[in-house]
This record gives sequence, structure tokens and C-alpha cells, in this order.
Amino acid sequence: MKPPPFDYVAATSLDEAVAALQEHGDDAKLLAGGQSLVPLLAFRLARPSVLVDLNRVAGLDGLELADGELRVGAMARQRDVERLPGLRERCPLIPEAIELVGHVAIRNRGTVGGSLAHADPAAEWPALAAILDAELDLAGPGGTRTLPARDFFVSYFTTALEPDEVLTQIRLPLPNGRTGSCFLELSRRHGDFALAGVGALVTLGEDGGATDVRLGLIGVGDRPVRPAAAESALRGRVPDDAAIAEAAAAVAGEIEPNGDIHGSAEYRRHLATVLTRRALATAVERARGGEPAAAA
Amino acid sequence: MTTVETREPFVGRRLRRKEDARLVRGAGWFVPDRKLPGMLHAAILRSPFAHARIERLDVSGALACEGVVAAFTGSDLAGRVGRFQESARKEVTPQLLEAIDGTVKPTPFPVLADEVALWVGAPVAVVVASDRYAAEDALEAIEASYEPLEPVAGPEAALRDGAPVLHPELGDNVAARFRVGSGDVEAAFASAPRTLRRRFAFGRHSANSMETRSVQASYDEGRGELTVWLTNARPHLIRTHVSEMLGLPLESVRVVVPDMGGSFGTGVYSEDALIPFLAMELRRPVRWVEDRQENLAITRHARDQVHDLELAYDDDGRILALRDRFLVDVGAYNAYAITVSYNAAAHLRGQYAIDCFSIEGLNVLTTKAPVSPVRGAGRPEAVFALDRALDLVAADCGLDPADVRRRNMIPAEEIPRPMGMPYRDGAEMVYDSGDFPAQLEQALEAFDYDGWREQQTLWRAQGRRVGIGISSYVEGSGFGPHEGAVVRLDPAGNVRVVTGAKPHGQGLETTLAQICADELGVDVERVTVASGDTGLIQYGIGTFASRSAVTAGSAVGIAARRLREKVLAVAGVLLDADPDELDLAGDEVVVRGEARAVSLAEVAHAAAPGPRNRLPAGMEPGLEAQYYFQPPTVTFASGTHLAAVEVDEETGFVEVLRYLTVDDCGRMLNPMVVEGQIQGGVAHGIGTALYEESLYDEDCQLLSGTYMDYLLPSAVEVPPIEVGHQQCLSELNPFGIKGCGEGGAVSPPAAIANAVADAFRPERVELNRVPIRPEAVLEAVRAARARDQEEGGAR
Amino acid sequence: MRVNGEERRGVAQPRVTLADFLRDELGLTGTHLGCEHGVCGACTILVDGRSARSCLMLAVQAEGHELTTVEGLAPADGPLHPIQEAFSAKHGLQCGFCTPGFLMSVHELLAEVPDPDEAEIRRRLSGNICRCTGYHNIVESVRYAAELLRGAGAAV
Repeated sequence: MKPPPFDYVAATSLDEAVAALQEHGDDAKLLAGGQSLVPLLAFRLARPSVLVDLNRVAGLDGLELADGELRVGAMARQRDVERLPGLRERCPLIPEAIELVGHVAIRNRGTVGGSLAHADPAAEWPALAAILDAELDLAGPGGTRTLPARDFFVSYFTTALEPDEVLTQIRLPLPNGRTGSCFLELSRRHGDFALAGVGALVTLGEDGGATDVRLGLIGVGDRPVRPAAAESALRGRVPDDAAIAEAAAAVAGEIEPNGDIHGSAEYRRHLATVLTRRALATAVERARGGEPAAAA
Repeated sequence: MTTVETREPFVGRRLRRKEDARLVRGAGWFVPDRKLPGMLHAAILRSPFAHARIERLDVSGALACEGVVAAFTGSDLAGRVGRFQESARKEVTPQLLEAIDGTVKPTPFPVLADEVALWVGAPVAVVVASDRYAAEDALEAIEASYEPLEPVAGPEAALRDGAPVLHPELGDNVAARFRVGSGDVEAAFASAPRTLRRRFAFGRHSANSMETRSVQASYDEGRGELTVWLTNARPHLIRTHVSEMLGLPLESVRVVVPDMGGSFGTGVYSEDALIPFLAMELRRPVRWVEDRQENLAITRHARDQVHDLELAYDDDGRILALRDRFLVDVGAYNAYAITVSYNAAAHLRGQYAIDCFSIEGLNVLTTKAPVSPVRGAGRPEAVFALDRALDLVAADCGLDPADVRRRNMIPAEEIPRPMGMPYRDGAEMVYDSGDFPAQLEQALEAFDYDGWREQQTLWRAQGRRVGIGISSYVEGSGFGPHEGAVVRLDPAGNVRVVTGAKPHGQGLETTLAQICADELGVDVERVTVASGDTGLIQYGIGTFASRSAVTAGSAVGIAARRLREKVLAVAGVLLDADPDELDLAGDEVVVRGEARAVSLAEVAHAAAPGPRNRLPAGMEPGLEAQYYFQPPTVTFASGTHLAAVEVDEETGFVEVLRYLTVDDCGRMLNPMVVEGQIQGGVAHGIGTALYEESLYDEDCQLLSGTYMDYLLPSAVEVPPIEVGHQQCLSELNPFGIKGCGEGGAVSPPAAIANAVADAFRPERVELNRVPIRPEAVLEAVRAARARDQEEGGAR
Repeated sequence: MRVNGEERRGVAQPRVTLADFLRDELGLTGTHLGCEHGVCGACTILVDGRSARSCLMLAVQAEGHELTTVEGLAPADGPLHPIQEAFSAKHGLQCGFCTPGFLMSVHELLAEVPDPDEAEIRRRLSGNICRCTGYHNIVESVRYAAELLRGAGAAV
């Protein structure tokens, strides 16, 4: 299980990385944390002729909690985001989700940008981006552009990134007001890829009704799913058990899970509704019990 | 200075292990850790098809790759490397076969496939290069074309009319069969108040030691001596195979096994002979290290049994008769004769008095990887079938599962008890020791079974699905035919033990030292145990089948006693004293009660060959003793396990809340080591019960080819494991020892399946297949509810 | 790069993994290969003090960094590191193949969490697979190691 041969560019600037991608097109792959790419190389399922290493490019690993959003440089390590001072208080959804990413050793090396660009539909970061309506900055030979998360994830392991583009930053607007959140996953073993997973974010108004409901589902389709029908089933209502159950049930019709040896499509569909119900219930409870999130 | 009499024995102490010192530093020597000058690296091309004719293999592209030195296919080896002749088949005597109405057909297998590849992963060609990276590149340059043939995906497919016969000379796909039994089973079933019949299926599994296999070989052409280093717990067996297959005299082959990262079973594989051949052929050392992808496809696959079990019983849950017909999917070659299948049959009735029985087993050939005996070796499958059936009897009769067991258990007074069939070694199968009822009570009490049953009612009212499952087993341990030890004392008073056993985690370097120290009369610090080298001891069998504490332990103990006699005899000459009046104390031999003593250095001098020796008449020079222990037959260890699980009714997820065992392995050499073996076995069993499966699709393609698919349990999936001990000493060796390496892995699938089903009582959920995936739990609950509705809930 | 406090250099093709480089080029064979795809944790080392699966890094990526392997826990002729001592005392190893990876993960855990409870220990170590011990005594070893480290007052 040794990687096949490839040429290697240890880029020291973003321009250098982009230029290398431009030169080699589809034959080139970016190396970020390596936690997804290196196994593919070991299995010889990925056979890039050139590997462009981003780890020596300065300025791509910024982490900032300011102006009501979390700004994460693409090369920020997952573990650093998980442990960012103030983040757990400001938006617990994010660290709660990151803790479900593999194991500490994986999160020490794995990067946020790498996870987003890899676009595994069972991964947590694409769901976070979807739930929080994040914006992603892409840098290419022609300059930079910004895409909203909903336009970034296209299909299985496929994003809107052009072969010569590099994801440089993600900005996640953080919720305000009386919010509660919960990220739940079911996997066969601790740290495995999810059979199904749900991130839920609920904001309550003064009358106890849900003014905002966001759900992000993973492992149930070719990309993270924001189930619009389920969200609107709950939005504007007092989120009691019945309302939550309705929203959860609505999820079933909005997902197209695949089956594999760990679980059939039907089972995953079933899990998605169960987890949605549980995540919403916990999010609502936390919203009711918690302090209003301070604008950072 | 303490004498032997006043010191507490080392046997029985929780001594820290000698092997730890190097292992915690990362200073162990595992085969891939030491390079040889000029060493080359091999990589193996493997069949991507389950069943295919190899039409064309052109290695010229590989030979042209950078760093490549050679490439070979099956046809290159024809006439130069023999086939593996299965040693297990030769061990099955004609007398045994006759007694069990048995047939075992030969399935020798080639090192590289000749014309037909018979499983995904079958070795087809080998490339040798300057490093593994280059070798793998070269594999891709081999032009291979195959004509795919119809796969034989399982025993049912294999036995169907018109199925492809995988080994035409055998006539069909049944590699072995046998039948054992006693009593009039037909009559018993015909007249029984109640009967049940179920199919119990045990998925395929693979051993997954953390170290993969590796083989390294070097040939000294001048001396005609071949040295092979490999990860295999049967070095002498490998030596025999290599010698036969490469046409070398036995004494010209030396097999060395250094530290091994686990084994959990035995197996001989193509590479064990292929790599030595390459070293001879290329006149350079050659190394091959299996990667995990290969390992998951080909190494130590196991289990894969289906039992159609019937029980006849009365209204009080007493078993009147048992009938079982089972199939083992052995894969493409039957390399282990009836080892696993006969084990399953022999251990099926477990701790219970079921004397009217009929068991028929078949080894069926399919296009999967050949199976090996792996931890439990047939016992987990059998125990699963019987313990699940006993819980069904309990449900049917309205009894607690513990009560059904009590009513059927063999009472202590009946031990030793002949069990109405031969054991695999040909001897009559007799439970020589054990107290099963006391063991069950000890386990139930330690668990607070009654308390948990009460609590379970409360939990059920709260909507929590918590279940308790019981399983028990017996294990014939200390399998023969022998194991040896050489014990040598040097002038400084240090003792070196050499044994044919080959430890790979079970602490034999420490436990054998403990027994040696006690029998010889020295401090355990002085004793070093060496193993895994055919150059150091002439005969050896190896470590597997829970045999080494019994066989190597006894050999070491008796050899140490003999050496002690010798030392005292020589000292007696020097001190002009009767050996009976002498003791070993530290570096000296002292006359008991007197101030007279002689040093071990003086004793060694006196025992050395030469004209100045001072030996008693008739005694050979040297302070060394050798002994090969031949156990009369196996000695029966046993255990009772209890599992508590909680099931998430909505998702089917099972959490193992608690696991407790009481195990009887006779005299424990080192209780700490025993507990570790059992805890490791239980974790292995939990993996088997809930997570692990070597899964093939209908085309016999392996679906579980990575660790994302083959799921080994982690520290989160395994609970703390409470180990209790019962010591019923063995009658079959001087030290009362019984084996404990496998027991932990035998009962968990049954205990956990019973617990999951129990979590839904009084609903009659049945889980008769392992591994139990969450989806299967939901399906079983659905099925139970549908069944109940259909029957109008009449029960 | 610095490995176990010493400047080390070597040559490797870009595709050579850090695990292979440590073992074959630098002769540090205490780090073991269990799966080569980042699941079993046997190859775990510390990179700049943080655990990492060395089979998932390329050797070239380690240039300029500070690596710690199991050989760096204790001087070759010196006393064992408290974590090593604890594993032996509590029988937290059997075949020893997964042990170096565990020791490095435990090193990081106890540096961050000096007194972890059982649940946290199991969660943090779920990325290291052991086939021999059943984890029971590994947990005991970690608890004991934590005790030894707190008693010694030593910085890990």
C-alpha cells in the first residue's frame, strides 16, 4: 500500500500553488492535512502526477472570531478551531460537530479547507457550512471569487472549485439571539464516518416560537442537505414534541441516501428522521435554557 | 539468605512481565525491523477475481521497471517449489476417521496459482525489487488477463447440482465430513414433549493481529543454509514445510520468529515458502511485508459456519436430545482438515449433560480465502448455536435462562466424565476437571444477577431496553502431541530456558520463567526464556490452541526439576552430602541446617566435561536438562460469561454496558496474564458479536477490504471487563495447568446475542446470526412483532 | 528535522510516508505500521508536540518540524518514562505492537488533561486499536500514569 510516484511542489505562496494547478490541471492535487488524500494515495485510488503542498504557504491558517462571524483560513487545523477560545460559548454547534471528526490525531493535521474541498457528504464541515450559510473564498489565476455554501457543494466529492482554484477561507456567520444547537451523529464506532448525522440550530422568539430553524444532514445524499420542508414545518411554530416530530418526519422525503455494508438506504433514511427529532429536541431545550448569544 | 522452603512460589504471582522492558521502549524486534545487507523487497500480484482461468501473465513490463530484479509466475515455480501438503490432514488418524465416519480429502495448494485462481487475493505472481514502492509500481506493469469463471459464493451454492467443482479430482466441493453421536436420537425426538429447530449463522471473520504477516529469508550458498524469519507461531512446522517444498534437508533450514504482533490463530501461506525460494534463487536476502489490504483479503479468515440445530426437551426445560448438522465455508482450500469443524462438534454440548446426540459436520469448498483456526477455532460458533437455543428453550418453558442452564448442567460429582465421542487427538473425550454449577453460581453472584433482573423490570417500565445474556463454554486445552524445553544453568547462576512454544503477547517469557524458577529453586530474575528458533531446540509444535501454558509449562517445569536434581547431585559430590539434604539458595548450594555450601560456579566447573569433572557415576557432563512433555490428551478449561446490553429501540444500536466472566484455567501461572488474556478475548468476541465481518458479495468480491469496512472495536465499544477466577486443577499435567488464551473469545457472541434478545422480553425477538448489526436488531424486532400478531399473541 | 531532540536528515522520494522514513531511513523502528491508511493508530507519533498518524504524512512534510517517537520518551539506558512504567505495571500491553502508538497518544492526552476520567480516556484513545488487551488494562495504565505524573509534578 505504497503511494504511486508523483512530482511534488512545496508551494511557499498562494500564487505558486495556483500556478502549479494551472500548469497541471486535473493531474494535480492539493495536499492540505492529508488525512483524506494520503489514504487514497496508499490505495492507489488517487494517482495525481503532481502534488501541490499547501502546508508551507503562509497566511492560510488564520482563525478569527469577530464581527459576528467565524473566519477560518483553509489551512486551519480542525483541532485549533475546536479549541478556539470563546467559540464554544459563542457557537457551540461548531466545536460539537468538530469533536465528531475522527480522532484527535486526525484533527491535529486535518484542515477545514481540506474537509470542505474533499466534500465527503458524510463529513461534518460541509454540513456546518450549509447550516450557517457560510461563504467560501476561492483563489484562481483570474483572481478571487466568493461562493455561498449552497453553491459550493455539487455532488459526491465534487465542489465548484475549478481545477486551478484554491479554497482560501470560509466565513461562517454566527447565530444571534436565543439560540440552541445540537450536532448528532450515529456511526458504528466512535469516530467512524456517520451513517447519518444532523446539525440543528433553533432560534426562539419572545413568544417561544421558533423564529429560525436550520438543519443540516450528512450521510444521506450526495452532499449536505438543508431540508427546506422540514425547516419550514417548524419555523414560526412553538417547537413542542408534535411540531418537532412533524419536522423530523418531513426530512424523509428530502433525502436520497445510499446503502452500503454498514446500513441500507432505508435504514439511513430512518436514522435521519430519528436523529433530526433528537437534535431538534436538544437544540430547543438548550435554546430555552441557555443565555442569549452575545454578538461577538 | 532465603531458602527455597521459606520463599513464596513465583507461580501464582502477578509478576510484571520481562518482555515489557523492550516493548514499551519500541525496542522489540519484529521481522520488518531489522534489515539485511543487499536485501530486496517483494510484492505480490493477486487475483482480482474469485474464480478465473489465468490466460496470460506477461511479466516483461515489470522486469523493465526501475529497481526490479526479478519476477516469477506459477509456471516458473513448477517443478522447483512443491505444493503445501496440509499437515493437519496427516494428523487425523485412520482410527479416528473410522470412529467418526469421516472423510478428509487432500487439497494441497500451490505457492503461486498455476492455471486457475480460486479466490480474490490468491497469489498469482511475484516481483522482487530494491524497495517495496518500486515493487508495487512493477506489479502494475504486469500484463495479466483472466477468463472469469462462475464463482462459488457459499456452501449452498457449492453443494447445488451443477455447481462448479473447484478441485475436479475431488468430485464435489465437500472437502471433509464426519458424524458423531450416541443414543437413539430419532426416538428421543419422536417422543419428546417439545422440540425446536433453528438455523444459527456465524459470519466470516478474520484474526486481524495488529502486525501483518512478514517473511524474510537469506541463503548462505556456501554452507547450503537457509534462514527464514517470519511472523508465525509455529516455527518448526514452517521449517518442515520449507524443507519439503524447496528440497532442502531439515537441518539446513533454520526458522527464526522474533517478536510477533499477535497471531490469534495459525496458518501457513504461500509467502512462507515463496520468499525463501526467492532468496535461494536470487542469492540475496528477500523480504515481504504484507499490507493490511492483503491481510484483510487473505489472512486467517475464520468462522463462517451455519448450524441447523434441533433440541428435544421436556416441559421443565430439560434437554433430552440434540441434533446438529452444520456447514463450514472453508474457502478455496481445506488447509486444516477437520480441526475447526471437529472442534465445533466436540464443544457443542458444552457444560451440559446431553448424552443423546447426533452431530454432522461438513467442510465445504468455495471461492473465498481459505480459513484457518482462529481464537476459539469452532467453539464460538458451536457455543452460539447452543446458548441461543437454550434461551429459546427458556422462553418456551417460561423459565429464566439461568434456570435452564442449572437444570441441564453436568454436576461436579460426575467429573471426570466421558462425553461419548473421541476428541480430535483420537483419545476418548473426557471432561477431566471442572465444577460447572459452582462456576455459574459464582458468575451470577458476582454479577448480582438477581439484582439486575429486578432492576430490569424497572427499566422496562421506563422504556429502556436493557438485557442480560448468559453463555458458557468448555475448552479442551493443552493439545498435544508435545512441547519441549531445554533448561541450562551457567556458572554465574543464570538460567536460560529454550522452548518450542512461540509467544506473541501471552507473556510466556515471564510465566515459563516463573515455573522454572520454582522448580529449579532460583530467583525468577535469573531466568531468561528464549523461543522461536528452530536452531535452539530440535522439536517444537508452537503456540496456538491454548496449549503453551500446559505443554511448554509442563516441559519447562519437569526439565527444571531434572536440572535441579542434577545440580544437587553434583553439589552432593562436592560437599560429600546426600542431595536430599541440599538446597539452592541464591548463588550457592547449601547443606540444610549447616554452614557448608558450594557456589554454583564450582558446581558448574565440576559438571563441565573434561578430565577434572566431579560427576556422580553415570551422569553426563553439563548443567542442562531437556524434556518433551506429551499430554495424554486435552485438559478441559471452562468459563461462564454474563453480558448486559442496552439497545436503542429506535436505531438498533447496542451498547455493551457490562461484561463479566468466571474462568477456570486450573492453576494460574500469573493471574495478571490470565486476566489480560481473557479481557483481550472478550474484546475480540465483542468485535465478533457486533462489528466484524469479512463480507463477500454475490460475485465473491471482498467488500470489507479496509479498516473503514472491517470494524475492529475500540476502547469506546468495549466496556470494562470483570474477570473472576475458579481453579479446578487439571488432572493431566503435574502442575494442574489449563489453557486460557481462547476462552475469552468463545462466549461473547452468544452472551451478547442473548442479551439483545433479552432486552425485548417478553417479546420473542430472535437474533440468530452474528455479527449483529443495528439494522438486524430492528428487523428482528419487526419480525417478532409480526409473528406475535399473526399468532394472535396466543403465547 | 529534529527527532527526539536530535537533528536528523535523510533522503526520500516525495511519496515516501513519514512512517516509512522514520523506520527505514532513520532506523527508528519503534513506530509500527498496522494499516497504512490512518485507522489503527499504531504509527502515532508527535509532530510539534501534537499526535499525528505518521502513515498519513509524507516524509517531506516533516522537514523543519520537531518529531517525537516512542524512542524519545526515555533515554536508551535510562529509566522508563512514567507512562511506559505505568503500562508495564498495569499490564497495558501484551504483544506490544500497538503500544508505541498508544504511548504517544497517552502522552498528548495527559499533557492536556492531567486527570481524565474513564469515559474521556476511552474516547481519547478510540483512535488507537489494540487486539490483545481488550483495553481494560490500558485504561488502568493511563490512570496510573496520570497518578505518577501528578506525583512527580513533572512536566510531560
